[in-house]
Amino acid sequence: MTKDECKKVVLDIIADIAPDEDLSNVKPEVRLREQLQLDSMDFLDIVMELRKRYGIEVPEADYPQLASLDSCGEYLTPKFNALPAKP
Amino acid sequence: MNSRSDYDVAIIGAGLAGLAAGIRVAHFGKRVCIFERHNAPGGLNSFYSLEGRKFDVGLHAVTNYVRPGVKGTALGRLLRQLRLEREQLALCEQKQSRVAFGPRGEQALRFTNEFAVFESEVARLFPAEIDGFRRLAEVIRGTGLAPETGVASARTVFRRYIRDPLLEDMLLCPLMFYGSASEHDMDFGQAALLFQAIFLEGLARPFEGVRPILRLLLEKYRAAGGERRMKCGVRRIVARGGRAAALILDSGEEITANEILSTIGGPETAALIDPPAAAAAGAPPPPAGVIAYVETMAIFKCQPAEFGWGEDTIVFFNDSARFTYEQPAQPVDVRSGVICLPNNYSYPPGQQLPEGLFRVTSLAPYAYWANLPEAAYREEKARWFAAVQASARRFFPPVADAALAAATVATDMYTPRTVERFTGRRNGAIYGSPEKALSGTTPLANLHLAGTDQGLLGIVGAMLSGIMMANQHVLQKGSG
Repeated sequence: MTKDECKKVVLDIIADIAPDEDLSNVKPEVRLREQLQLDSMDFLDIVMELRKRYGIEVPEADYPQLASLDSCGEYLTPKFNALPAKP
Repeated sequence: MNSRSDYDVAIIGAGLAGLAAGIRVAHFGKRVCIFERHNAPGGLNSFYSLEGRKFDVGLHAVTNYVRPGVKGTALGRLLRQLRLEREQLALCEQKQSRVAFGPRGEQALRFTNEFAVFESEVARLFPAEIDGFRRLAEVIRGTGLAPETGVASARTVFRRYIRDPLLEDMLLCPLMFYGSASEHDMDFGQAALLFQAIFLEGLARPFEGVRPILRLLLEKYRAAGGERRMKCGVRRIVARGGRAAALILDSGEEITANEILSTIGGPETAALIDPPAAAAAGAPPPPAGVIAYVETMAIFKCQPAEFGWGEDTIVFFNDSARFTYEQPAQPVDVRSGVICLPNNYSYPPGQQLPEGLFRVTSLAPYAYWANLPEAAYREEKARWFAAVQASARRFFPPVADAALAAATVATDMYTPRTVERFTGRRNGAIYGSPEKALSGTTPLANLHLAGTDQGLLGIVGAMLSGIMMANQHVLQKGSG
């Protein structure tokens, strides 16, 4: 999993959570909440979808790491790559 | 499929709050079962059929309506959290509504889903109050999606901005009718929520009423893997060591669950806790509500428009100088009430309801209606049906008695006794206990409330309550 693939995963989750948002111009270095109408309930869902779909755990203390797509890529890529290989 | 007796989450009540909570926890992989005593879902917003006609129990209007593209609202949040598309709710806007005071509704404030209309009506009728009204609306806009704690008196807050008691009453009348569990005054946070829901946002209705909303939620819940047992009420919540250790069903079957969400009401939930002392641990259980209603329905073979009644969707009326919101001393308080004409929504071209409906709701005392013997109950319903309908007709263009009678093909009426019978709400109190549990807490660590007695009500409110309580007490507690 590369950082770009990881950012795509997050965008796909956001597309499912907030289908009414236009994701075509999201800048990776800008905070997501400044570009999109996402509130704390939406961020909770991003975290829970990561767990549901990929088994990735994000402790509450680490939520700020998901602030932008770039920071998501930095934070999540090692977690993806640390997952046990599927049988 | 329903042979399991142990769940991650057990939900008591298949109303809007229970179904929404169920969808949330099922979507994220929790093993969940909803237990419902009645044979139909919907709870306080359920439905029934009579002589081949379909009726909604509670639904006059879906409040909190906003048009597509308006962001950051209760409706938008709900659609996202339940993974629904707004088209699936198929909401059609109200035409217009009115708050009408005086013996024939001479003092009237019209409102639509455009707040500017209401604002201009306030400016017209109360020119000295318009600045204060605008400031109050701004304060209310700022309160957001969760009711404020500790600000007990809406009247006290309103009086900082509004001096005319008539305007104060005309503003509070719809908020109380839609709905306050408290007499005379209401919590400011609750009032703000309802002001947002009715005036700042708006009213709408699916063409088929509440049924398509319930079908949508049931299907979403089922597809997410949630289980549901109907005609399967909970008789006891077994308490042990400050926790709910098990549920005992009406059948005697025992169910265990890590977390229990109860949507049947605060006092009603407390009454299930065994031993009773555990229900009062730390604080007395919330009191039963005292605000209850009768609702009368007249069904016409023609559209209401043929009587000249085709414009108003909802009318909140009060014929007296002050608006009195309390449990009445008489069997029905016909001085005031809410009129709803479900025909008068902007349905798609070519679509109109097959018959005309005229629903009138007024305050009524539970004890009177609950204690009548059967024959007297039927007689009193007939007597008060006529009185309630006659009272409401004062606020509409006059129609000759003979014409109305000739057009009337059916009538129905329910009382506080009916509400208690079908929903279990003590005293038939549709707006629940005057004491809300804003964080859903009960004396038992793994038992939480959602729905009306958590503090959000109405169709959108109840769903949001279920979502929020599921998020806070199940999903954010970590795995397991």
